[in-house]
Amino acid sequence: MELSGAEIIVRFLQDEGVEHLFGYPGGAVLHIYDALCKQDKLKHILVRHEQAATHAADGYARSTGKPGVVLVTSGPGATNAVTGIATAYMDSIPLVVLTGQVPTSLIGNDAFQEVDAVGITRPCVKHNFLVKDVKDLAITLKKAFYIAQTGRPGPVVVDIPKDVTANRTKYVFPKTVSMRSYNPVVKGHSGQIKRAVNIILAAKRPMLYTGGGVVLANASKQLIEFAHLLGHPVTNTSMGLGGYPASDKQFLGMLGMHGTYEANMAMSHCDVLVAIGARFDDRVTGNVQKFCPHAKIIHIDIDPSSISKNVKVDVPIVGSVEQVLKDMLKLIKAANKQPDADALSKWWKQINEWRAKDCLKYDKSSELIKPQYVLETLHKITKGDAYVCSDVGQHQMWTAQFYHFDKPRRWINSGGLGTMGFGLPAAMGVQLAHPKSVVVCVTGDGSVQMNIQELSTCLQYGLPIKIICLNNLFLGMVRQWQEFFYDRRYSHSYMESQPDFVKLAEAYGHIGMQIDKPADVEAALKEAFTKYKNRLVFMNFLTDETENVYPMVPAGAGLDEMILV
Amino acid sequence: MRHIISILIENEAGALSRVAGLFSARGYNIESLTVAPTEDDSLSRMTLVTRGSDDIIEQITKQLNKLIDVVKLMDLTEGPHIEREMMLIKVRAAGGDQRDELKRMADIFRGRVIDVTDSTYTIELTGDSIKLDAFIHALDNAQILETVRSGVMGIPRGEKALRI
Repeated sequence: MELSGAEIIVRFLQDEGVEHLFGYPGGAVLHIYDALCKQDKLKHILVRHEQAATHAADGYARSTGKPGVVLVTSGPGATNAVTGIATAYMDSIPLVVLTGQVPTSLIGNDAFQEVDAVGITRPCVKHNFLVKDVKDLAITLKKAFYIAQTGRPGPVVVDIPKDVTANRTKYVFPKTVSMRSYNPVVKGHSGQIKRAVNIILAAKRPMLYTGGGVVLANASKQLIEFAHLLGHPVTNTSMGLGGYPASDKQFLGMLGMHGTYEANMAMSHCDVLVAIGARFDDRVTGNVQKFCPHAKIIHIDIDPSSISKNVKVDVPIVGSVEQVLKDMLKLIKAANKQPDADALSKWWKQINEWRAKDCLKYDKSSELIKPQYVLETLHKITKGDAYVCSDVGQHQMWTAQFYHFDKPRRWINSGGLGTMGFGLPAAMGVQLAHPKSVVVCVTGDGSVQMNIQELSTCLQYGLPIKIICLNNLFLGMVRQWQEFFYDRRYSHSYMESQPDFVKLAEAYGHIGMQIDKPADVEAALKEAFTKYKNRLVFMNFLTDETENVYPMVPAGAGLDEMILV
Repeated sequence: MRHIISILIENEAGALSRVAGLFSARGYNIESLTVAPTEDDSLSRMTLVTRGSDDIIEQITKQLNKLIDVVKLMDLTEGPHIEREMMLIKVRAAGGDQRDELKRMADIFRGRVIDVTDSTYTIELTGDSIKLDAFIHALDNAQILETVRSGVMGIPRGEKALRI
């Protein structure tokens, strides 16, 4: 039987096992929406802005490991989606974004709601397609899902002209696809792995530095086994948090610009660095000239272009983190050499001295609410088991520091692009994927206003997200930089007027709470998570506006040149 | 250093802009770029001349390989290879002396005069880029009316070949 392009899209998504589709209708995708309403297998989530559709799909993908799927219309639908696509691209998140396009006969005519979606998204997608013939539709969609999920994951855009969704052809679900130009490597080079293991076993001051690649590859188990077997200290990038349990005694916390003293000092003094699924981002390395000056560096990454891009490495290993760690574990267990116990115990002694600095301390007797305290209490009340989505800024760094993630895929944040407005829509995607789990959005008064309209979506789908707004009346991270580096000239970082967030939440049909005293923090959180378990609660915490994120490595400084509290 | 990178790429719409976009987005420079289909019409062959330190060239080849449409590539400058570029150059050729001199010059460079009018010669010249530069240099600038160069193409010497 012949199906229309629109019916093929819907059937394909069902056959591919997609359960949720995040989108917003418009002229160019009306055929697809018509096909959508004639079925109930594939659930469509109507957002209030296309940017939110991409972030929601992104949160869905980060928390499940499955690709997030988005459907938007042509023109502004596509351009609004771009920020979310770029966000997913920077963090290697698998998304398939279907954009409507004007009919093929009108492409290039400056038609109503026409943009060159393929051209606009090209620099921020793993790949993109324009489907010009309905006969190519199913196989192109298959390629999109294949490319998005394999190798180093990423977003794929499929631009579909309206006439292609109307034209009819025979539909067969393409079960497999192979592409001669795309064959991601999984297994690492055995010679390099052997070299790496020899260096690791001979290390006197080793350090494991692991990133989002561990989470994406579902390689936490292997990483934990690897670290425990060797007794090495572990630090995570912001994207890697949860990949190694924060409560483990070998964990030194996050590294980098707002990393812990012990993690950054250990980086600067180690003699062997094993980078696992991390990409030496500038927020991690600080001044590359001063980065790990004494270390032989081993780098495991699935993307060859990540290797020796920012920092020259001694032993590159291209492959899936999970597979390479498995192979390394086998070699280490079979080796007749043991890690140097004496050297390691000296190294740990040194690390514990750094730890004793207690670099994350803050004033616990303050009469103002300290944001750190809210997050510590949040961790306590949720037993460290919530999915925590964050926006971007100070609150993001505090969450990374104070919500000690023990499991992967629980910490959902825009690490690479740093997209304000990410948190709330991402939390929607997470909550839809995990309807029974506790989902929190930690945000600030700046970030939350960037996608606040999604409170309406949350009501429509009954998403009981708990919004923790750390409200300091400032764009806090901007304010912090202005305090440190611009002689306290607070240029446009103060918001003169704010909405009444409690009333705003209520206007959207949710619960609003305002908390302005430290003594009320715990009770309010308890109330939100128990009494209002099934409701969205917007908790507006009025926090100390002068609080800064410490430690801090100023831009251009080495990791051991931190500003401490 | 100057590198000549040959690329086999899927012959699909937008493939060229992916390569060009990669270079502009990452701040790499392109000295010349040529592209045409091969004997297999599903594949195009692109020849790209760029300059950069070893680190930059390593990133360029890795980033090119990462493009989904790129099937295979080779840095020709890593081994013995042949490089060719074609130039068509139109020059003022009015008086008898001038015409003789230009003809001689074209012969020395193994060029051919492919179009003649009362006042102009158009000369076709093939060689590596240095040779074409030398020919331009040898001409009096005032005589040149128009220059068009194909950009560099290249092929490895001997058995070595860029094919799938």
